[in-house]
Amino acid sequence: MPRLVSHPDEVKIVSRRFGQGAANIDRYIELGGYESVKKCLAQTPDWIVNEVKASNLRGRGGAGFSTGMKWSFVPKQSPKPKYILVNGDESEPGTCKDHLIFLHDPHAVIEGTIIAGLAVGAKTGFIYLRGEYRYLLEIVEKAVADAYARGFLGKNIFGSGTEFEIVTQTGAGAYEVGEESALMESLEGKRGIPRIKPPFPAVVGLYGGPTVINNAETIATVPHVIATGAAAYAELGTPRNGGTRLFCLSGHIQRPGVYELPMGYNLKKMIYEVGGGIANGNQLKAVVPGGSSTPVLRPEEIDIGMDFDQVGKAGSMLGSGGVVVIDDHTCIVEFALRTIGFYQHESCGWCIPCREGTDWLQKSLTRFHAGFGKAADIDNIQYLAENMLGRTFCPLGDAAAMPTIAFVKKFRKEFEDHLSGKPCPFAREGVPQLTVA
Amino acid sequence: MSPETLSIFSPALAARFDALVSNYPVKRSALVPMLLYAQDEVGYLSDGVIAEIARRLGLTELDVRNVASYYSMLRFKPAGRYNIQVCTNICCMLRGAYELYDRFQEELNIGPHGTTPDGLFSLEEVECIGACSWAPAIQVNYSFHDELTPDLVAGILADYRAQAGVPTDRSSSVGWKAQAERTKEHA
Ligand SMILES: Cc1cc2nc3c(=O)[nH]c(=O)nc-3n(C[C@H](O)[C@H](O)[C@H](O)COP(=O)(O)O)c2cc1C
Ligand code: FES
Repeated sequence: MPRLVSHPDEVKIVSRRFGQGAANIDRYIELGGYESVKKCLAQTPDWIVNEVKASNLRGRGGAGFSTGMKWSFVPKQSPKPKYILVNGDESEPGTCKDHLIFLHDPHAVIEGTIIAGLAVGAKTGFIYLRGEYRYLLEIVEKAVADAYARGFLGKNIFGSGTEFEIVTQTGAGAYEVGEESALMESLEGKRGIPRIKPPFPAVVGLYGGPTVINNAETIATVPHVIATGAAAYAELGTPRNGGTRLFCLSGHIQRPGVYELPMGYNLKKMIYEVGGGIANGNQLKAVVPGGSSTPVLRPEEIDIGMDFDQVGKAGSMLGSGGVVVIDDHTCIVEFALRTIGFYQHESCGWCIPCREGTDWLQKSLTRFHAGFGKAADIDNIQYLAENMLGRTFCPLGDAAAMPTIAFVKKFRKEFEDHLSGKPCPFAREGVPQLTVA
Repeated sequence: MSPETLSIFSPALAARFDALVSNYPVKRSALVPMLLYAQDEVGYLSDGVIAEIARRLGLTELDVRNVASYYSMLRFKPAGRYNIQVCTNICCMLRGAYELYDRFQEELNIGPHGTTPDGLFSLEEVECIGACSWAPAIQVNYSFHDELTPDLVAGILADYRAQAGVPTDRSSSVGWKAQAERTKEHA
């Protein structure tokens, strides 16, 4: 059971039912659950969309797109059925928040999915969980069955005459399937290869029908937005960045864990106060602010508010909420190598810049970390990564290139310290050199 | 349709598959879950499993293999009864995942991606399993174990040996029990 943490600065909205037994439907109802969907049933679809728009809720899956805006792109009339697809593939290294939502508050995901369905006129929702989350899938399946038994799902939800069905789905191991179009391919029983856009899923998605794809945390937030009211929810955050979000603190931090903090919360404070500072009395070397694909920040760059716009202005991204803290005993070249090793492994191989680019980056970095780097390699690594940017079929190529460029640019000296046969200055006693195969 | 392929799945799994295919607008959507559930029961995607799933969904075996080969959890060879998956991705690496992975290799006396001769354990290095704030983390089949240290390894293995009814000369599951207690406190 993952450890739950808490800190006085937290504003618990999405996490308010964590640790309260809310996977049980009665308990969920006792804690105010399923009231928001009832409220929505008495309103028009436009009211729901406008409420979510006004809340400034932005996607928690990584890109931070306005949720209400996304919903408004779905055509009102459609000859094909419309769908809601909840993205619970959660595979971006550093990210473990949806894990807690499925574990502690699965009905919030169900309720949010129904509300999304009412907003866009969809009658079916799919909740897709990564294959590794089997124990969580079982919890969600039980919750769905309980909701059916109460008449909250089915042909006549809450006695309203409206129909809504939920189908749960397991993946079977693939990071790329978290990308929205690859996710639809996987759900259609195919290899998780991305689709060309446009058309966007809101117009042509699952089975060719208009589809809303949202991250599990985004969807679980929706009932709270409705309950709190758009204005009050938006107020919790910063301009254009409504509410709170779950931040997953990991790495060399004293008190790792998932904390819910207002959007715009200062990163330095998050690390030193909420997370208790750097573990083992070491010094901070670097922070990856939003999952492994986001460009690294140096210690002098972390005095920033954690919302999509401010982190963007600082040259990185808020991403999926995974804050990875790195201490001064860590080799950045090794860290870069392990990061690129992941993207090389997960590249679906469909497009050449991503498949070959990640492979070459991994080969160069492996050689480099082993002490066989040449001075020219440093620029070559950067050049290669820069040439992947924007040239791949889906953003996985960017996700590999962006952090690599930042590692080289911001920690060039560490790369230079590995040149011409020098052993890694951070080599640890008894730990073999990392070679990612 | 040969009698062999018909007998591959238990009646319960066969019934589950019948229900599964009716969940979606197209039958084929059941493919990925079917492959994983079949693997859970049979241990791996044998030729017979592929053939039966293809038949049930009206797909060619080639098509099924093409999809199956994409997903990292699906395998075409048996693994150990307990498949130990050690995450070595960044957050786990920073908190000692490679040391943990080494200790598993030592304790099991097998190399990376090896299987013990008795078939009880297999060992793999995997990418992020979504337990980053509780690193380093592993999965044994579908069970998570988090906030581990190399010293807890022997106890974890002893517990699984006991679960499998394998006699063990180790009585050192104390560390693991302490860990379990601690986790319970925070639940
Ligand atoms: C390679 C790749 C992997 C992704 N993985 C995930 C994921 O695991 N979970 C997720 O919610 N979004 C993931 N995304 C983002 C999705 O494509 C999509 O933007 C998101 O699910 C939309 O939901 P949101 O607007 O609520 O954030 C990924 C994107 C890419 C390019
Ligand atoms: S990095 Fe190991 S669980 Fe995420």
